[in-house]
Amino acid sequence: MYKYDAIDQKIVNQRVAQYRDQTRRYLAGELSDDEFRPLRLQNGLYIQRHAPMLRIAIPYGMLSSKQLRKLAEISKRFDKGYGHFSTRQNLQLNWPKLEDTPDILSELATVEMHAIQTSGNCIRNITTDQFAGVAPDEIIDPRAIAEIIRQWSTFHPEFALLPRKFKIAVSGTINDRAIVQAHDIGLEFYKDNSNKTAIRVWVGGGLGRTPILGTVIREHLEWQNVLTYCEAIIRVYNLHGRRDNAYKARIKILVKALGIEEFRSQVESEWQHIKDSPNTISESELLRVSKYFDEMPYENLQDSCEAFENSFNNNPAFSAWVKRCVHPHKKSGYRAVTLSLKPHGKAPGDATSEQMSVVADLSDKYSFGEIRVSHEQNLILADVKLSDLFPLWEQARAVGLATPNIGLLTDIICCPGGDFCSLANAKSIPIAEAIQIQFDNLDYLYDIGDIELNISGCMNACGHHHVGHIGILGVDKDGSEWYQVTIGGKQGNDASIGTVIGPSFSAEEMPGVVSRIIDVYIKEREQDELFIETVRRIGIAPFKNHVYAKETTNV
Amino acid sequence: MSNLIANGKVVDDEWTLVKLPPPPDEKVRKQAGKVVLFKLTGENTHTNSQIESVEIPPEGKVLLPLPLWTLKKQELSNRVSKGEIGVWLETHELVESLSCSISDINKLPVIGVHVERFADGRIFTIGNLLRSRYGFKNELRAFGDVLRDQLYFLKRCGFDSYLIRNDRSAADALASLNDFSEPYQGAVDITQPVWRRIDRQG
Ligand code: SF4
Repeated sequence: MYKYDAIDQKIVNQRVAQYRDQTRRYLAGELSDDEFRPLRLQNGLYIQRHAPMLRIAIPYGMLSSKQLRKLAEISKRFDKGYGHFSTRQNLQLNWPKLEDTPDILSELATVEMHAIQTSGNCIRNITTDQFAGVAPDEIIDPRAIAEIIRQWSTFHPEFALLPRKFKIAVSGTINDRAIVQAHDIGLEFYKDNSNKTAIRVWVGGGLGRTPILGTVIREHLEWQNVLTYCEAIIRVYNLHGRRDNAYKARIKILVKALGIEEFRSQVESEWQHIKDSPNTISESELLRVSKYFDEMPYENLQDSCEAFENSFNNNPAFSAWVKRCVHPHKKSGYRAVTLSLKPHGKAPGDATSEQMSVVADLSDKYSFGEIRVSHEQNLILADVKLSDLFPLWEQARAVGLATPNIGLLTDIICCPGGDFCSLANAKSIPIAEAIQIQFDNLDYLYDIGDIELNISGCMNACGHHHVGHIGILGVDKDGSEWYQVTIGGKQGNDASIGTVIGPSFSAEEMPGVVSRIIDVYIKEREQDELFIETVRRIGIAPFKNHVYAKETTNV
Repeated sequence: MSNLIANGKVVDDEWTLVKLPPPPDEKVRKQAGKVVLFKLTGENTHTNSQIESVEIPPEGKVLLPLPLWTLKKQELSNRVSKGEIGVWLETHELVESLSCSISDINKLPVIGVHVERFADGRIFTIGNLLRSRYGFKNELRAFGDVLRDQLYFLKRCGFDSYLIRNDRSAADALASLNDFSEPYQGAVDITQPVWRRIDRQG
């Protein structure tokens, strides 16, 4: 993975010094709350319900074991011994003290980490596929360009204070796992007719209050031009985005208001001026950064292993885990492994300090000392030998990281919600926990099969509920907490936004509502049809009827 | 004591700022229940008669609001040649309106950009366009809600003078011009990105 040179290190060090001084000025009363807000936000610091929340950047979800160990140490020393991995592939600390944040950042800087632009109205952390570099369906490893974009966007002077936050995702696979269509800019890498790396550029996607999938603004962009093209897009947005209304300030609203044709023509004419400007990426720079993402020193292995097969055939718990948590790898004899952060009845995406250090050790032992964070809020060891799967499983299981539920109903994607977040309308974690308890039967979960359930505590949609096959959204009705349910959302190449099934429910009703939705699926599905396929075939009416019919008969 | 920073030090301000009167009918506007704090790009705020009524000091260096300049530029041509006229724009005004209003933008010794609120990042694009698209070479000044934590970005977008908000110390703010020494991306002040400036292969 990418390693800092003296220049990168100096930038994060200077950032720590700058932020330390800003915090000092704030505490000394030289900066008002309003003036400090954008400064602290651009360093990932929110003021939350109980305490500040600090969001630490994990660029495109990649961590080294050393970094994860540092996160374990920080969460123990400055927080309550755990952290929350978010849908933006970042780590959030829920209980740091404001006064401590400069020290936390300076600790982070010692392992090439920071919290720069993890919040605020600026270009945020670049996200991508958690299997980048190892996925069999990958055409281009997007991480080198992602790193180049990260550097370019860090303190980009022109885009330091945009109308609203700005999210970029990159993807280089046949099956999109980075939800490029739900980002302000989505960059989809492919090989063009002359076998050169090209980029399809999506713009104006986003969830939140007004969920909209992105539109292709440019079908073919040469990779060299990706920074200048993004500059053209963001410049048009910076000048014309709706600063008058925070709810309409995302680029998607501008794109929609102008229409994609007009927006495209403004961007293209802007781009003509800066197309070949110095920020055009050179071959040598791409080469320099790509070296950090060179293939791991894999051994030449058979794609079978007797010891593994024995355990697989004789140990049902192990084989259940392999089926759900082990993923194909481009290299023979290797697999990618997801360590589930979704044990039943615990807050999705949370990991304790102890778990973090264990994962760091496991990665050193079995996966070249690297870890990835997925936007589904799990941890991934990307390069595990077949023969190591069994010992890895045993050790992961000992610390509660081997729940065999990846891709199943209880692998819930969930934002921190009302327990922590001051923007929340309703709690989200207890809903996730209640659903996990309701479905705490692995056989039944396997029978239901692949399904995605997403929960957000408010319209901001940090839990991506619009693209969940089942989406749950916390809403406020006369000061009490209610939940609106959508079905039929989906991430991926054929992404869709879910449809609301009807009036919202109380927290107590939610596990029952999900059960009734699943009942309809079980009854209606044909052969191997997945939940989302059934929904797409029969529409939402049968689900709606059953969910609400039951209710009236109960009354 | 002046609160103007230019060329890296606190200096006296030679320019007299001329403002438009607040529009008489300015109401508090709301959007989605919140007070609107930012004007939309391209929005007109004053009528011609309001603009006409503004007095221009007859002597010395004056910094005029763009609408006033546009309206009176004919009668000011003498003073333009004497280098007495500068123009300033609001962040919601279009740079093109200024560039179209004068045959050679470099006849203006100073262009100011007023930022009403710290969080309004349009000022950065405006600076960038004035320098890189319209080739403005003279003093480019930021004023209004200008605080030290914008300075580094303003500098990188081509500003070279900063009138710090009057309740803050310009001397303190100077330090923030150099918050970072080696930026990643090319911008106005340092046009080359880091990989074209420094050999990072080592
Ligand atoms: S979706 Fe709402 S409640 Fe949940 S983390 Fe985001 S802002 Fe907070």
